[in-house]
Amino acid sequence: MTTLPAKTEKKLGLVIDLDTCVGCHACVISCKGWNTENYGAPLSDQNAYGADNYGTFLNRVHSFEVQPEGDAAAQLIHFPKSCLHCEDAPCVTVCPTGASYKRVEDGIVLVNESNCIGCGLCAWACPYGARELDQAEGVMKKCTLCVDRIYNENLPEEDRQPACVRTCPAGARHFGDLGDENSDVSKLVAERGGMDLMPEQGTKPVNKYLPPRPKDEMPEFDVLAPFLQPVAEEPKGFLGWLDKTLEKL
Amino acid sequence: MNQPVIDLSPKVSDEVRKTTCYMCACRCGINVHMKDGKVAYIEGNKDHPVNQGVLCAKGSAGIMQVNAPSRLRKPLKRVGERGSGEFEEIEWDEALQIAADWLEPVRAENPEKLAFFTGRDQSQSFTSFWAQNFGTPNYAAHGGFCSVNMAAAGIYTMGGAFWEFGQPDWDHTKLFMLFGVAEDHDSNPIKMGLGKIKKRGARVIGVNPIRTGYNAVADDWVGITPGTDGLFILAMIHCLMKAGKIDLHYLAQYTNAPVLVINNPGQADHGLLMRDENGKELVIDRATGKLTPFDKPGVKPDLAATYEKDGQTHRPVFHQMAEMYLDDQYAPEAVADRCGIPAKRIRAIAAELARVAFEESFTLDHTWTDFRGEKHEKMVGRPVSFHSMRGISAHANGFQTCRALHVLQILLGTVEVPGGFRFKPPYPKPATAHPKPHVGLTPGAPLNGPHLGFTHGPEDLALKDDGTPARIDKAFTWENPMSSHGLMHMVISNAYAGDPYKIDVLFMYMANMSWNSSMNTRGVIDMLTDKDENGEYVIPKIIYSDAYSSEMVAYSDLILPDTTYLERHDCISLLDRPICEADAAADAIRWPVIEPDRDVKGFQSMLCELGAKMNLPGFVNDDGSQKYADYGDYIVNHERRPGIGPLAGFRGENGDQAGRGAVNPNQLDRYIENGGFFVEHIPAGSNYYKPWNMEYQDWAVNIGLYDKPTPYLFSLYVEPMRKFQLAAEGHGDRQPPDHLRERIKDTMSPLPIWYSSEEDNHADQYPITALTQRPMAMYHSWGSQNAWLRQLHGHNPLYLPTKLMRENNLSDGDWAKVTSPHGEITVPVLEMAALNENTVWTWNAIGKRKGAWALEEDAPEATRGFLLNHLIHELLPPKGDGLRWANSDPITGQAAWFDLKVRIEKAAAPDESQPGFASIKSPVGTGPKDLAWKVGN
Amino acid sequence: MHPAPSVIFFTTFSGLGFGLLFFLGLGFPAVTGWTAFAFFAIAYVMAVGGLMASTFHLGRPERAIKAFTQWRSSWLSREAWCAVGALVLMGLYGLGLVFFDARWTAFGILGALLSMATVFTTSMIYTQLKTIPRWNMKLTPLKFMSLSLAGGALLAGQVDAALVLLVIGGLVQIYTWVEGDKALASSGTDVASATGLGGIGTVRAFEPPHTGTNYLLREFVHVIGRKHSQKLRVIALGLMTIVPVILLALPFSHIVGVLAIASHIAGVLTARWLFFAEAEHVVGLYYGKR
Ligand SMILES: Nc1nc2c(c(=O)[nH]1)N[C@H]1C(S)=C(S)[C@@H](COP(=O)(O)OP(=O)(O)OC[C@H]3O[C@@H](n4cnc5c(=O)[nH]c(N)nc54)[C@H](O)[C@@H]3O)O[C@H]1N2
Ligand SMILES: Nc1nc2c(c(=O)[nH]1)N[C@H]1C(S)=C(S)[C@@H](COP(=O)(O)OP(=O)(O)OC[C@H]3O[C@@H](n4cnc5c(=O)[nH]c(N)nc54)[C@H](O)[C@@H]3O)O[C@H]1N2
Ligand code: SF4
Ligand code: SF4
Ligand code: SF4
Ligand code: SF4
Ligand code: SF4
Ligand SMILES: [Mo]
Repeated sequence: MTTLPAKTEKKLGLVIDLDTCVGCHACVISCKGWNTENYGAPLSDQNAYGADNYGTFLNRVHSFEVQPEGDAAAQLIHFPKSCLHCEDAPCVTVCPTGASYKRVEDGIVLVNESNCIGCGLCAWACPYGARELDQAEGVMKKCTLCVDRIYNENLPEEDRQPACVRTCPAGARHFGDLGDENSDVSKLVAERGGMDLMPEQGTKPVNKYLPPRPKDEMPEFDVLAPFLQPVAEEPKGFLGWLDKTLEKL
Repeated sequence: MNQPVIDLSPKVSDEVRKTTCYMCACRCGINVHMKDGKVAYIEGNKDHPVNQGVLCAKGSAGIMQVNAPSRLRKPLKRVGERGSGEFEEIEWDEALQIAADWLEPVRAENPEKLAFFTGRDQSQSFTSFWAQNFGTPNYAAHGGFCSVNMAAAGIYTMGGAFWEFGQPDWDHTKLFMLFGVAEDHDSNPIKMGLGKIKKRGARVIGVNPIRTGYNAVADDWVGITPGTDGLFILAMIHCLMKAGKIDLHYLAQYTNAPVLVINNPGQADHGLLMRDENGKELVIDRATGKLTPFDKPGVKPDLAATYEKDGQTHRPVFHQMAEMYLDDQYAPEAVADRCGIPAKRIRAIAAELARVAFEESFTLDHTWTDFRGEKHEKMVGRPVSFHSMRGISAHANGFQTCRALHVLQILLGTVEVPGGFRFKPPYPKPATAHPKPHVGLTPGAPLNGPHLGFTHGPEDLALKDDGTPARIDKAFTWENPMSSHGLMHMVISNAYAGDPYKIDVLFMYMANMSWNSSMNTRGVIDMLTDKDENGEYVIPKIIYSDAYSSEMVAYSDLILPDTTYLERHDCISLLDRPICEADAAADAIRWPVIEPDRDVKGFQSMLCELGAKMNLPGFVNDDGSQKYADYGDYIVNHERRPGIGPLAGFRGENGDQAGRGAVNPNQLDRYIENGGFFVEHIPAGSNYYKPWNMEYQDWAVNIGLYDKPTPYLFSLYVEPMRKFQLAAEGHGDRQPPDHLRERIKDTMSPLPIWYSSEEDNHADQYPITALTQRPMAMYHSWGSQNAWLRQLHGHNPLYLPTKLMRENNLSDGDWAKVTSPHGEITVPVLEMAALNENTVWTWNAIGKRKGAWALEEDAPEATRGFLLNHLIHELLPPKGDGLRWANSDPITGQAAWFDLKVRIEKAAAPDESQPGFASIKSPVGTGPKDLAWKVGN
Repeated sequence: MHPAPSVIFFTTFSGLGFGLLFFLGLGFPAVTGWTAFAFFAIAYVMAVGGLMASTFHLGRPERAIKAFTQWRSSWLSREAWCAVGALVLMGLYGLGLVFFDARWTAFGILGALLSMATVFTTSMIYTQLKTIPRWNMKLTPLKFMSLSLAGGALLAGQVDAALVLLVIGGLVQIYTWVEGDKALASSGTDVASATGLGGIGTVRAFEPPHTGTNYLLREFVHVIGRKHSQKLRVIALGLMTIVPVILLALPFSHIVGVLAIASHIAGVLTARWLFFAEAEHVVGLYYGKR
């Protein structure tokens, strides 16, 4: 149904740490693997072994270069992006069929593929590029927040988390209830100044991004000078110091 | 609201089979989810010591690999010209017969005419065993062109190395410094470790001309000029020594810093370490002032004292270090320009190392006893750790640079201590405990010992009686005396040149030598296809085993198609490159979680069969019957020494013994039940200070890592290097050829030095360094056959720093001609700001030959992708002395991939990246157009 | 945005068709019998043809009927209802005119209003998208409706009205271009807000997540040169407004009328192509493309 629930019981989502993501694409492929085999139609690939090859993915890792003011070195930031499970999800309200909906119990935004006509409008409405129309099946695909894992009783408790989170080697992805102030993810967001992408679009994303920590700020030499104060200027003097110091050991 | 009802608990799979990943050499544990007997989904195994559940992109894409259309299907016999790709499918019987017919006469007459080289082999202890029993001296895997500098420098210096053989103490380290690493073999553990220390807020410093991946998340990025790390490190050593910010206790107790160096100028022992009659290094005991063996209980080795005898003053190693490194040539100001790092910054980093090592030092409450019998109540931690890989080792000064880094670690007292860098079993293990190279051959009989090892002086070189190289790759010769891993990159060119001799059969396994793993790809292709005056190929017979339709297939005469990693037994053994952790010994297996649907055989199983067919000792029973039915049988039943076999786990009849124990016929089942691996933890308190910790030493003996405790001193001063120098100075009866004397004297300093190879590579005309990096989501050439991965990296632009873009009037998407002293390529460029301003780079091994890998001919990998290898030569440009010098480290023979110097100019966009190559005929056709992969429903 | 022929044809011809229906519904021209049939046929071919064309870009056209369910919130759904409503009412109205020579005015007026409502809802599908600042403004419905009316008037042979409406349509179109060119910049969305990294410095897209293409790039990222688009704007405006106005100012003949219509349609098609091709979806910022 295209109307959004006034309130969801939980706000399940991801917190992505831009300070830690090394851009390895592990989350991308594990997402592809899980979601090809599970929820809905497989994520297909076109011209799989030829030119102009492309396919459906629910999670993609971009990278950006940031040039600080002045002569500081440029930085590179790896930037994973999947559906942010927005509270005011425009992709839901534009859907003419009701295929797109936001779940009341946990806020997950899903596509009911059997109702989807593949009009693409939801993808047009999403500012983040989080939806891709599968070219083989003709239906809209998007991150399900691994709804078929996080509650799955066939999985051991510890595995009831999104495939991308489970696989991330650097531990840059966190999953939890962002509606609960006391959850680990909420605390992380508070601690690290978690941010929204394109806040001006008014989508109120549930997923948050932890900004990179300040870079290239090695304590200045002066502060540390005592650490490199020469013990002697001459090699001879050095050996004298050595002898003295060894005595004390 | 009436939401759709969805199944929140769908069945995940019918069964989970736990085995080991093979999409790279990291060897993570995987859970293979099966549906209807097919692979449905692959995830990481949470219990596995290597990856603890996480999995990289390649690992998760394994399903596309085992089902790749490029898989070879049946043995192939070449019917067209080499390189054409014209093959005929044959039966295995015929294939093995051909191989035996080629190999048997070689073995009977002159086994050295077989060169057997095995690429990134994970079964080296087995393949070398096979080669040894065949009797050829010509065996090695790929280490020589990969990162032997790192391995050899580590083992000679501290009895263990980076690669995946050691790791930072991720739980305690507070400052982690990474030199020249894009991905490394320990891929997932490094990422997990970075995640851990980031979580704790510890600092990461990345030293790399390129700021991507690990270096992008580093708190500080040092965009160093390639090839100058040694200088940068020695400058930090200069600062730290000058300030006395070194761990004197550690240096005195655990290293050869206090060992006396013989001062006897002009004599054959000048510069060797002073030893007693038992060969023990001598120190001055600070307590007694007397000359004392280093390991005498109670000895307090003195770093300062000198020893006078016969009018000569013999000084400890540490004196020489002080003299050498306190010199102003290593002052930050003296090296800053060369390294491209401001002096101030060098000092700041050195100061930070000092601060963290000494001010943030901490202790762990573990009592332990050292090899001198001294009991320690606590373990002192120095939370500074380092890691490094090919960025510093794949240069011609790489060995010395790696050595310099280890010396820095040791000066800070941060190896094998809490918070520092730690070895993984079977390390620590000093160079002297490793075998030496063996080349003693007898027609029709096994070689006299293992092929590879560590040389400790001219007497260990692999030379024939006439002084010529015994090995086809010229490993362990005066050209590269300490080439512990062999020199795979020289095999084809040496065999082609007949220098040192001609061979008859080249037998290779998983090495794409006609493409991305060679320097000078075009040249190698020509060598493989060139014929002599009789119309015979110069390299007469080539046997090759690959699992996929790689570029190399077309250049072979007989193809023995391998299984994929989910279809065979494998053994990740303590005898080889195991999966240990700093806190545990561990090994693992692969087992056939699916059966092959093609007529292929596991390579190792095939070798069991071929070995038996040729009656190789070790492969036949006394009655001449085949000894090992297949590799699985070998893994279980082979014993290297009594009670020690390929697998350490579940030994003994009841499977309850670890390390040592009788053969357990159910061993593989026990591994499978256990998730495909075996772990034996090092008892707490034995897991630091391992080289000197007697509890550890005893534990290691117990599980069979050594036969007796083997404590040792770290070698700041590497005596064997001095021995080679002495020979070059004219001492001893094994003498280097004259043209090599100066180089040996200059480069084989027993204390780390730095030298430049810029001039050799004509940096005056080619001022820009061109590098490659491993993409995290691709493994060399294999990734391109993977429908998922090739979408991430389907072609590879050349990244140029902003300055070079401007200078050459280039913008994104333009093309540039890149010229080296050896060749030229024309490729698309993109701008990158976070890049050393005189460096360009691209992702490694994305470019593909048309017709390979079951890709369509217009695949972007072939039309826009490219290799830098066309610009790199295995030899340096001529120097005008009439000789051609190898483009490798003069000590180890490590291929100097990253010494590549180029110049760049804008070019008109060609139709395809240049050089273009004719298409090769695919022996397996091309893949399907579209995929929608779902196994269940 | 990818200028897909299906949507270009759909919006152009359904706009024209419903524009014509609007005039017919209000009794301009007040035709009956076969003349009415002819007019209605043209209107239906255009409106229905346009709607049919729009189903070509559906991934699952066989389920198109489901698009009627969400009229409470979805403009696309509302458009579907309005279109069906307009077509049914105008159908009944036309039935009266053609076969019964009867003018059921209520149907006509309601049908006319629904016809315009259809054009309005169509335009709202684009207007509502904050992701495409160039469309996300009040001018968009005005443009769609003014052009629909102008085209309708032309087709309905309402020369005077057409002259006025064509000029209005042309002016609105110019104004949309002027405003549209500023829209992305003034939307507040840029690569800095898209990544949240603007606080560190100047953000630039580096490596995209994949070397090839994907659905997003194919659908949302279409780069046309500025010179190119200026030229096309002139052509569009000329064909859509200036040429028809000149032709209509000439003494009327059917040939001239047909030429004016043809020119107008060609102009609207060009403008519509530009409407899509020039529209920058904010997702392009992640790819360093607009
Ligand atoms: N995903 C993936 N993993 C792999 C592989 C793969 O193909 N793909 N290959 C495996 C193999 S065989 C190997 S050998 C390892 C190698 O693993 P790495 O050692 O990480 O190898 P490279 O990717 O070659 O990275 C070399 C790094 O050194 C930097 N560098 C080059 N020259 C210099 C220099 O002079 N100074 C400094 N400080 N840095 C420099 C380069 O910029 C680059 O970042 O990776 C293994 N792991
Ligand atoms: N320019 C440049 N060149 C480089 C490097 C660089 O940094 N820059 N790095 C160098 C280094 S360190 C290395 S290690 C080499 C790596 O180069 P290669 O060792 O050639 O690596 P791959 O491309 O992985 O090729 C190995 C072959 O193994 C095959 N193979 C894969 N799986 C199996 C299997 O299960 N069984 C069998 N039998 N075969 C299999 C593949 O199909 C492929 O043909 O590249 C080197 N080349
Ligand atoms: S798996 Fe983790 S580290 Fe790798 S790209 Fe995804 S978020 Fe980043
Ligand atoms: S990210 Fe896009 S697809 Fe996901 S809820 Fe928000 S608008 Fe919808
Ligand atoms: S593509 Fe499917 S989910 Fe998206 S708006 Fe259209 S019908 Fe709804
Ligand atoms: S939560 Fe699941 S569906 Fe969403 S990106 Fe992660 S793996 Fe993909
Ligand atoms: S790092 Fe990746 S490819 Fe390598 S073994 Fe582990 S999961 Fe497999
Ligand atoms: Mo390697």
